[in-house]
Amino acid sequence: MQRMLPDPTFYPSPTLAKEATPETLAYVTLLTTGQNGKTDALGVIDTDSKSPDYGRLVGRIDFPQGGNELHHFGWNACSSHLCGYAPNPHTERRYLIVPGTHSSRIHILDTKPDPRSPKLIKVIEGEEVARKTGYAFPHTVHCGPDGIYLNALGAPNGDGPGGIFMLDHETFEVKGAWEKDRGPQNLSYDFWWHLGHDTMITSEWGTPNMVKDGVNPELLLAGKYGHAIHVWDLKSRKHVQRIELGEKEQMVLELRPAHDPRRAYGFVGVVLNLDDLSSSIFVWHMNETSAEWEAKKVITIPAEPADAEDLPPLLKGFGAVPPLVTDINLSLDDSTLYVSCWGTGELRQYDVSDPFEPKLSGSVKIGGIVNRTAHPSRPDRPLNGGPQMVEVSRDGKRVYLTNSLYSPWDAQFYPDGIRGWMVKLDASAPGGISLDPNFLVDFEEGLRPHQVRLQGGDASSDSFCYS
Amino acid sequence: MIDNPTFAWPALLLLGAIHGINPAMGWLFAVSLGLQERSGGAVWRALGPLALGHAGAILSAVAAATLVGRVVPVGGLKWIVAGLLIALGLRHLFRHRHPARGGMRVGARDLTVWSFLMASAHGAGLMALPFFPTRSLGPATPSGGHADHAVAAAGVVPDWATGLLGSGLHTVGYLLVTGLFAWVVYEWVGLRLLRTAWLNLNVIWAGALILTGMLTLVL
Repeated sequence: MQRMLPDPTFYPSPTLAKEATPETLAYVTLLTTGQNGKTDALGVIDTDSKSPDYGRLVGRIDFPQGGNELHHFGWNACSSHLCGYAPNPHTERRYLIVPGTHSSRIHILDTKPDPRSPKLIKVIEGEEVARKTGYAFPHTVHCGPDGIYLNALGAPNGDGPGGIFMLDHETFEVKGAWEKDRGPQNLSYDFWWHLGHDTMITSEWGTPNMVKDGVNPELLLAGKYGHAIHVWDLKSRKHVQRIELGEKEQMVLELRPAHDPRRAYGFVGVVLNLDDLSSSIFVWHMNETSAEWEAKKVITIPAEPADAEDLPPLLKGFGAVPPLVTDINLSLDDSTLYVSCWGTGELRQYDVSDPFEPKLSGSVKIGGIVNRTAHPSRPDRPLNGGPQMVEVSRDGKRVYLTNSLYSPWDAQFYPDGIRGWMVKLDASAPGGISLDPNFLVDFEEGLRPHQVRLQGGDASSDSFCYS
Repeated sequence: MIDNPTFAWPALLLLGAIHGINPAMGWLFAVSLGLQERSGGAVWRALGPLALGHAGAILSAVAAATLVGRVVPVGGLKWIVAGLLIALGLRHLFRHRHPARGGMRVGARDLTVWSFLMASAHGAGLMALPFFPTRSLGPATPSGGHADHAVAAAGVVPDWATGLLGSGLHTVGYLLVTGLFAWVVYEWVGLRLLRTAWLNLNVIWAGALILTGMLTLVL
């Protein structure tokens, strides 16, 4: 269905997108673990502070199956449809593309006519994805100017290579593998791009066989997980450059390129350094003189000492709790970076106006392997899990967090079983964050929340062609 | 298939101008390149290649018609052009597709190819075809007796000179409007306009294709 005027949620530039009205709904993937008889679901949360249901689950769409390992998801269309070279602005932002990382199923949900009650309109089976792309374990979804891009962790047999494939943004037909020349790239995790520079960046976690049963300590200590990022030419679909972050840097996850298409830099989080269990943030950037891409570590978050008896079996020998930075998010004006420390139970806010000199500008503690920090609304109740998926509103004033990472990891780091929650923080200018005491969504036992998408778009859903 | 050049030339010029209005025909691309490089010069530099690509699309439609016109009888060609226009119009109406081969790091050659593909996919050349004057082919050499001349003389297929002149005029109209829109939006109006004023021209464009197709049959 084509609109007569552009979808009102499309903005030409990140600066204009900051003017968007506050979101009134948030969508969150809810995954089941193991065989508890439940099916996976998509939850709808009321985020309208004037609503009587503010901070509550107001809708839930159960999927046909459980155990899909829902993870990340995205929209069929977004602001990139305004791009001058592939204008398609009258497509609606309407459908949510929700892949299951373990099942390889891709669910398509229609958020109209009732955004509080999306309908499942199509399920693409993993077998079809495998047949048409040669990939399995789909992960990230981004709406590109010319279609929906997804990536996958690996091949149907669970080994590499992982890579990118596309869906038609109107028919949701699966197109083939994206790469024309993958160079040395084998591992995969996240991808995003610099549209202004025709450049795609991809990161490295591990093949499905390396991750689906949790962190494998032998592989980890041998440095076998990903420790590089890759630069690609978006037009020719060819590998351009591999940037080594260091062999001790293990598991290179979320990529957050600057939203301004003129800026050729971005941030990527590394889960673990093998020497000291620290997590880190690297900046990648294009060197203006050489036109080569480079990366530099700009933030190190140390592990915190802890008693062995407070630690899960995997960590007992280390006597420390690693921060486990597993998600980051960048505000639309490229000024503020949020860093989720899932292990230590902390959300950090950095002023990254100068990307090479981040300044810690705020911090909130909640959950954590050792701390189990409670929410202000329920100070008596310790929370497990920690800040994991972090999403920022378009105006940069509200931040949403969920606490489940990936069920095999959940079991290793929070063996008592994660009890799902979602919280909201208020961000104040020029810096500082605080938990909203009126916003704690407590999910029922056995349903774990992962990525959050805000109605109309958020700080990781859209990309822009105009600065 | 218009017999009167005094009407055909202005019509082609005007049609070029109308094509230029469509953001998908290039002015928006020029604006985005200007913004990316923070330079009005980048906007102007994009115009030449865009016009060249657009002209190429018109010329190839004319050339194709000329070639087909050599083997297909007069009435047949009319039907072919009309049928293609209506089919393309209907396709655009129900499912708007266009090549998305492009990017933000583009040279003159990329821009020319992009403009050619965009114009062709939108049927810009096909839409212009019925406006080409055919009487200006002049009388076929009476003594010629060649089959192709006979067809040309029948007043359906433009000859090369007419084709070039018509495409040129069309491109002038296109270039003027593309340049004007790109400059005004880049320098004065700004991007906010895109959110509120970007009417879905696909529907209008599809309607124009269908209408032209029908007129081809009537005229």
